[in-house]
Amino acid sequence: MEETIIEIGTNYMDFVSKFHRTIRNQKIMLVYEGEITQTITKAFSSMTEQNFEDSTDSPTTQKRVYHVMVECLQNVAKHADDELTGQPELPGRGIFMISNNENVYTVTTGNIIANEKIEIIKTMIDKFNALNPEEIKEEYKKMIKESRLSEKAGAGLGFIDIVKKTGNKIEYYFDKVNDKTSFFIQKSVINRD
Amino acid sequence: MELINIEATDETPKVILNSETHVFEFSGKSLPEDVTQFYNPLLEWLETYKSSPGNSTKAIFKMDYFNTASSKLILDILMLLEEIHEETSGVSVEWHFKEDDEDMEEAGEEYSDIVDVPFKSISF
Repeated sequence: MEETIIEIGTNYMDFVSKFHRTIRNQKIMLVYEGEITQTITKAFSSMTEQNFEDSTDSPTTQKRVYHVMVECLQNVAKHADDELTGQPELPGRGIFMISNNENVYTVTTGNIIANEKIEIIKTMIDKFNALNPEEIKEEYKKMIKESRLSEKAGAGLGFIDIVKKTGNKIEYYFDKVNDKTSFFIQKSVINRD
Repeated sequence: MELINIEATDETPKVILNSETHVFEFSGKSLPEDVTQFYNPLLEWLETYKSSPGNSTKAIFKMDYFNTASSKLILDILMLLEEIHEETSGVSVEWHFKEDDEDMEEAGEEYSDIVDVPFKSISF
């Protein structure tokens, strides 16, 4: 009995140690799993802003990181679904990570979505990823004119705005959880200059 | 008309809508959870102003940051200003951006492409 407890304890300590090492190796500045509310969104983004105070990155790079963070966090807050039912979950929950290396900042979010949304998300991201910077600007102007706010007060401009501002493609991955839902991972990269 | 004077918060901008001076100002950050709740009263105010606008109206934007949902509402404001300009030919927009803020400068350029209002970009 005692042995089992010790073993669980060791595994846990081992996990923490490995977790710490992984975070360090991946240069993760912030990792969070849980409800993503407006308060969390503001806290994380202002934390990042403060971290930038002694950064050598240009103001434009810093602003872009901040911008992408807010868009990604608000996306999870507004669009995450419940794992079992596939119904909207408010506030949404998910994972949020930001990491940096010599050349880029990477903002990653992961959240549950209903399977019927997969094609819509894929089509949208693929479409923006395929456009060159000029085409993106034109498409953006067209979309902002035509966009109508959704019930959740989103303008549907998050993905295109990230592609436009970062100049990089959005990477995504869908990991099927069950018949109703999948885990949607979105990775956005901001170049450092 | 009633003066609108809203102080800035960490998620909404400072807004002044003054029908006596005919000067409107928007400055700060905009990333509220519900953009409509914040912007609808402003749009309603501008709709009313449109029915008896001044000969010359100046709108000053000095935004530090706004999210995409807010960018849509800012366009709605600019489109109302465009309608007022059609009536009065007296609307001017000043778009202020920090000298080193490329994206805010570009946002101004995009808006000026979309709406037909005299538009001046000013760096600070």
